[in-house]
Amino acid sequence: MISNESIPTLNTMFRFQWEQAQNSYVLLYPEGMIQLNGPAGEILALVDGEKPVAGIVADLKGKFGDVDGLESDVLEFLAEAHKQRWIEISRSNVG
Amino acid sequence: MSSSSCNGSPSLNSVPTHGQPLWLLAELTYKCPLQCPYCANPLDFANRNTELTTEEWIKVFEEGRKLGAVQLGFSGGEPLVRQDLVTLISEARRLGYYTNLITSGVGLNERKVAEFRDAGLDHIQVSFQAADESVNNMLAGSQKAFNQKLKMAREVKAQGYPMVLNFVTHRHNIDQIDRIIELCIELEADYVELATCQYYGWAYENRENLLPTRAQLERAERITNEYREKLAAEGNPIKLIFVTPDYYEERPKGCMNGWGQVFLTVTPDGTALPCHSAKMLPIEFPNVRDNSLDHIWNESFGFNHFRGYEWMKEPCRSCDDKEKDFGGCRCQAYMMTGDATNADPVCSKSEHHHLITDARAEAEQPLDSSKMLYRNERNSRVFFSSSEFE
Repeated sequence: MISNESIPTLNTMFRFQWEQAQNSYVLLYPEGMIQLNGPAGEILALVDGEKPVAGIVADLKGKFGDVDGLESDVLEFLAEAHKQRWIEISRSNVG
Repeated sequence: MSSSSCNGSPSLNSVPTHGQPLWLLAELTYKCPLQCPYCANPLDFANRNTELTTEEWIKVFEEGRKLGAVQLGFSGGEPLVRQDLVTLISEARRLGYYTNLITSGVGLNERKVAEFRDAGLDHIQVSFQAADESVNNMLAGSQKAFNQKLKMAREVKAQGYPMVLNFVTHRHNIDQIDRIIELCIELEADYVELATCQYYGWAYENRENLLPTRAQLERAERITNEYREKLAAEGNPIKLIFVTPDYYEERPKGCMNGWGQVFLTVTPDGTALPCHSAKMLPIEFPNVRDNSLDHIWNESFGFNHFRGYEWMKEPCRSCDDKEKDFGGCRCQAYMMTGDATNADPVCSKSEHHHLITDARAEAEQPLDSSKMLYRNERNSRVFFSSSEFE
């Protein structure tokens, strides 16, 4: 389960970058590309292997305002990203 | 201004709508230490010896990136033969490409694997000929190839690359598919391409020695599926990609996702092609030494030739599947029927479909491996001189 304390890290099998020709963020992997939609790209852009989910949500709120259901959308997307193996999850040392 | 109509806007001229060349394949050289009898290089490769310079390749990469190319494959021949490979990798990475090295592993060593990593190489694909040393070396025409490949595959993983292992399967090795998959698991491959031989170039010359029987193919696919289930249950993320030969299909493959839609290959001498086999077609293709990649992709005769549906004859023209399979492969149509505008004979609607069913029947016959033609300079010169005097 992914929680607010979880720390997502991009799986080293993927490279994440902004792709001007697609006007979107993409995930690149051997001989392939996943084009990310706007929200997915904005979330993954904040995944740095250090920031917990709570920090990602806070950053998004800073950028886009206090949108309804933002936190649950982020958790839902990260769960899917984890299932797709785009990210790995570790838990921060609380306390 | 680019005339590309890739944003979905209606085309204002007669050039059909087409996509971006997302995939740029750089065939750096035809030189190779191995002699695989299914090599995709042209039969007369010995006839072409003027390779693009480092600067010319970098210009191609820059122009490709502007057209939207994002995947760059370093291929050949054996790309490791190029002494400027590190420079090419770092320039490509600087431009933002995802860089793929497609290699036999022969000529690779620990130091190079590290050097390439530092230069920004993203991924290494190592090709194997078999999971068995003697079969591998027989097919590769080299006594030391197999152990070198094993060593290099381990090195690639040890240095943290994503790794694709590629096995070209055919009637000599497809019955070992379980051993092939076991070897890939042991080597910790991330992706495994179990790619049935495509019958072009050298493989077409050797087809009777390479095409598996339907029973061989069905067994291999069943075993692959069993492994997929087992691996998924174990939580092993390894991905097995099984490519069936179109010779056992009744509808053709949507070759290259359509002519000039996604792929752009540049051969060692700078010829730009919509796929790496297209050089065989009686069409003049542009050269990156004479034209910009923008012109080549968007304006050139060669790249526009089979875009859209206007060029099609029956049964393709009125076929409901034409937007799915684009009439199949132009090279296969040309190679087997003598006319590149014909339907791919894989299609059961083609009047030439018997050529495919004949080949299937031939595959049921006993092997005569003494007839295998190896891909080397000596054999290539035979093709070179025979085409020269035609």
